[in-house]
Amino acid sequence: MAAAGAAQEKQFPPALLSFFIYNPRFGPREGEEEKKILFYHPNEVEKNEKIRNVGLCEAIVQFTRTFSPSKPAKSLHTQKNRQFFNEPEENFWMVMVVRNPMIEKHSKDGKPIVEYQEEELLDKVYSSVLQQCYSMYKLFNGTFLKAMEDGGVKVLKERLEKFFHRYLQTLHLQSCDLLDIFGGISFFPLDKMTYLKIQSFINKMEESLNIVKYTAFLYNDQLIWSGLEQDDMRILYKYLTTSLFPRHIEPELAGRDSPIRAEMPGNLQHYGRFLTGPLNLNDPEAKCRFPKIFVNTDDTYEELHLIVYKAMSAAVCFMIDASMQPSLDFCRRLDSIVGPQLTVLASDICEQYNINKRISGSEKEPQFKFIYFNHMNLAEKSTIHMRKTPSISLTSVHPDLMKILGDINSDFTRMDEDEEIIVKAMSDYWVVGKKSDQRELYVILNQKNANLIEVNEEVKKLCATQFNNIFFLD
Amino acid sequence: MSEEEEDYYLELCERPVHFEKANPVNCVFFDEANKQVFAVRSGGATGVVVKGPEDRSPISFRMEDKGEVKCIKFSLGNKILAVQRTAKTVDFLNFLPDCPHLEYTQECKTKNANILGFCWTSSTEIVFITDQGIEFYQVLPEKRSLKLLKSQNINVNWYMYCPESSVILLSTTVLGNVLQPFYFRAGTMSKLSKFEIELPAAPKSTKLSLSERDIAMATIYGQLHVLFLRHHSRTSNSAGAEVVLYHLPREGVCKKTHILKLNRTGKFALNVVDNLVVVHHQDTETSVIFDIKLRGEFDGTITLHHPVLPARSIQPYQIPMAGPASVTSQSPVPCKLYSSSWIVFQPDIIISASQGYLWTLQVKLQPVVNLLLDKGRLMDFLLQRRDCKMVILSVCSQMLSESDRGTLPVIATVFDKLNHEYKKYLEAEQNYTMVVETGQSRSNPLLKRPVRTQAVIDQSDMYTHVLSVFTEKKHYLHELVIKTLVQHNLFYMLHQFLQYHVLSDSKPLACLLLSLESIYPPAHQLSLDMLKRLSTANDEIVEVLLSKHQVLAALRFIRGIGGHDNISARKFLDAAKQTEDNMLFYTIFRFFEQRNQRLRGNPNFTPGEHCDEHVAFFKQVFGDQALMKPTTF
Repeated sequence: MAAAGAAQEKQFPPALLSFFIYNPRFGPREGEEEKKILFYHPNEVEKNEKIRNVGLCEAIVQFTRTFSPSKPAKSLHTQKNRQFFNEPEENFWMVMVVRNPMIEKHSKDGKPIVEYQEEELLDKVYSSVLQQCYSMYKLFNGTFLKAMEDGGVKVLKERLEKFFHRYLQTLHLQSCDLLDIFGGISFFPLDKMTYLKIQSFINKMEESLNIVKYTAFLYNDQLIWSGLEQDDMRILYKYLTTSLFPRHIEPELAGRDSPIRAEMPGNLQHYGRFLTGPLNLNDPEAKCRFPKIFVNTDDTYEELHLIVYKAMSAAVCFMIDASMQPSLDFCRRLDSIVGPQLTVLASDICEQYNINKRISGSEKEPQFKFIYFNHMNLAEKSTIHMRKTPSISLTSVHPDLMKILGDINSDFTRMDEDEEIIVKAMSDYWVVGKKSDQRELYVILNQKNANLIEVNEEVKKLCATQFNNIFFLD
Repeated sequence: MSEEEEDYYLELCERPVHFEKANPVNCVFFDEANKQVFAVRSGGATGVVVKGPEDRSPISFRMEDKGEVKCIKFSLGNKILAVQRTAKTVDFLNFLPDCPHLEYTQECKTKNANILGFCWTSSTEIVFITDQGIEFYQVLPEKRSLKLLKSQNINVNWYMYCPESSVILLSTTVLGNVLQPFYFRAGTMSKLSKFEIELPAAPKSTKLSLSERDIAMATIYGQLHVLFLRHHSRTSNSAGAEVVLYHLPREGVCKKTHILKLNRTGKFALNVVDNLVVVHHQDTETSVIFDIKLRGEFDGTITLHHPVLPARSIQPYQIPMAGPASVTSQSPVPCKLYSSSWIVFQPDIIISASQGYLWTLQVKLQPVVNLLLDKGRLMDFLLQRRDCKMVILSVCSQMLSESDRGTLPVIATVFDKLNHEYKKYLEAEQNYTMVVETGQSRSNPLLKRPVRTQAVIDQSDMYTHVLSVFTEKKHYLHELVIKTLVQHNLFYMLHQFLQYHVLSDSKPLACLLLSLESIYPPAHQLSLDMLKRLSTANDEIVEVLLSKHQVLAALRFIRGIGGHDNISARKFLDAAKQTEDNMLFYTIFRFFEQRNQRLRGNPNFTPGEHCDEHVAFFKQVFGDQALMKPTTF
């Protein structure tokens, strides 16, 4: 890229152009097309244009189906934007239109020229984002079908509007990458004894609180235990770590909201507090409203209250059947039982973690930048991404490198065999992708004059130190 | 047995020592050191019968009646008999085969002193306690004489001997409440630091205020303690009597450490059984027990204890009427418990002189289970008892049973306690092994191999007696966990457990996981990871990969660990052929050709490798010319 022209250049990241949900069965006759549309963003768009866009998508999907009946079209590439299609439930289509990133240049006569970068966006990344949109909706609202059963199109539309109106603002399409494809879970490393302590804690709490159906336990935003099945936990984890926890970090850091309840007589001092539900237990008017979530929607279809309670860095999610309405008394009881024990447990974990870190010598930051993912347990580990914030996920490497990672992943998806891909990127970076059974590893090396053999050796070294306790082929 | 009977947690031993009861012509003596009862008829002239709880055949002999016997005791091992008949002398009689069998006498050395009694401290060493001090002698049986080893002048009111620890306690001073202990060992006598027993109230007179009846000495948890029965508490707010425990170390000062609250008054007697202090109360005919290891109220120096259990009588006892054969029809007679003719000796002896019985007192653990409702405390209590294992396991089993299930925190507490005890033992054992192996044991003669008490409960105990009821078949604990999870379809839970290594790695476990692959696919990965960590299961890994037709992966793995020179070419070629992937077969074939070349200088397979069929197949598919040519120089 010409350095001289950089001053005049202006870059625009990818952006959400529109997002809509429709069901072609709802308005099959001419003149009734509007009935198909269940949700449309931005809402301000003129009705006919909405109908046109929906109709176009419908036509594309219908047309391409002739060529591939089992795998309908997933995306449509155009010069200016890219459309992603997803049919999460039969006949319910979700479409997301993303504008390609662009560069605005100034021609010699001063006129701005916009150049679309058509090949920048990765299909898999944004398809995954679209799928996530559905999963997140389903977590808090249940399936589309359920809404239809509950109150027909009207209720479904209300729910979609209520949910996506806010959710779409948090999409941040410019910082989506490989991790969105994985939708992984970061697990907190822990020794067996401390892990069992947590197990014991959970069992005790489930017994004494009596009505808890499932429990999940996290420390430092990393998962330690899930009573939920993997797929439900995956999306709940996403919600907790990208939405709920970040929202509560600020007050913690500011020292406000200090939850030491010395004023409660006979109560052990503890640091526990509700992240969902009542803010102040001493307030007799406090509302005990917890978010509802829907799990196991494929079979038992359970509706639950999500109680998230946190002490220091340890967070525990108790999920209770939605038919039970947790009272303020229950919340107080939970606080008095869970609070003190969780506080102790949190400091135990912290202490043990530090000891283990010292023993294993992993205190030092790893030299390597890598992303690891295991499809079997969704375990994900990245030294590329900094702390997740509600707004963006910061990476420490250039977006071009992230794109190479995405490309390698696409290659892996096409092949069933274990394989290894080594790419020499511009600016002296080496990018290595390895796939062994269900595991994928991506390494970025910054070694100026390294050759292929040396890079291979480096990656071997990394595997030997970081992954020596799993079966990972060299 | 009725409910109530099951409540008794103290009992008299089943087979007491029976002796002729005391009467005007038969005097009975008890020797605490050998635990022997002496029945002396007519001053010995018509016979002396000696019986101990262990020796079933009594020793009987006659001796000349030289006057009233005041005290009679054998030395350790029944070598020499000592008899005190006067206030100044003790007579000796050898019971050794090659020694003269004629009495000899020793007079106490101190002028004008009266002998209060004597104690044997070994088979040939004896201590005279007089009102003016103590004299430590060595008996020379061949010479029929004694040699004074050491003596000490001190005014003595009364004395007490603890044979277990070879300590003699002397009551000195006018009030009698300053106690001076002496310790005896192998011909030496050492004075321990004296201490004062705090009397209930400032005594008004200057007469003897501390009676020997209120003092006992016993070893509790390996430490010598002096027990003082204080009839009235020093603090006015509690009227009941109490037992004050003084810890008497071999070195250092004696300290008051525990107070046992009796909450009643009257006549008491003390025993120590299985490290428990048993206090008998005559008025109510009940007893209570105290365990100083159980948590009490600690004020910084002294711990206050309450009875572990509610007061109960000793279990009613029937005297077996083992009379002459002609009267066998006689039914057993109930024994009068807490009789005023009972005499109690330390640590666990109860004697009824009027009935002619000597019992040892025993603690029954099973009834405790129902009396001590706090399961944590119950475990603390049981873990310190000698024969605790089966009772503990029965408690665990009961706690986990459907009808009587304990809450999880309680179960957790109990298991934690068992684990703690087990861990303590393992660490001690490990430490011992290490010290022995590094050869430091010579410099540390005190080092002893840790004793595995019944409180050490391991996985197999727990499995056999508690957990095995939950499954029909015999499994090991980990297998039980896995099978249970599988049965309940809790695969994700199992996965998480394995992820955090809750279940220890082992080949059988890895194989079990492999067998689960068809119902839970991730089990395959979990199994391979486990085999990898074991590092002794490389052959298994290769087998697993080959069975999945991952021939290349298997080869890469074995090459990665440097084992590719020793693998069977046939096995890999077989697997490659089965994949029906000709290119894969080519690659594998070529790899082995190259190996042959490298190892033997020729790419051809040897007959021993049994690869003829594969060579033929290779030629058929790729042609003769595709075979690797031997490199010639």
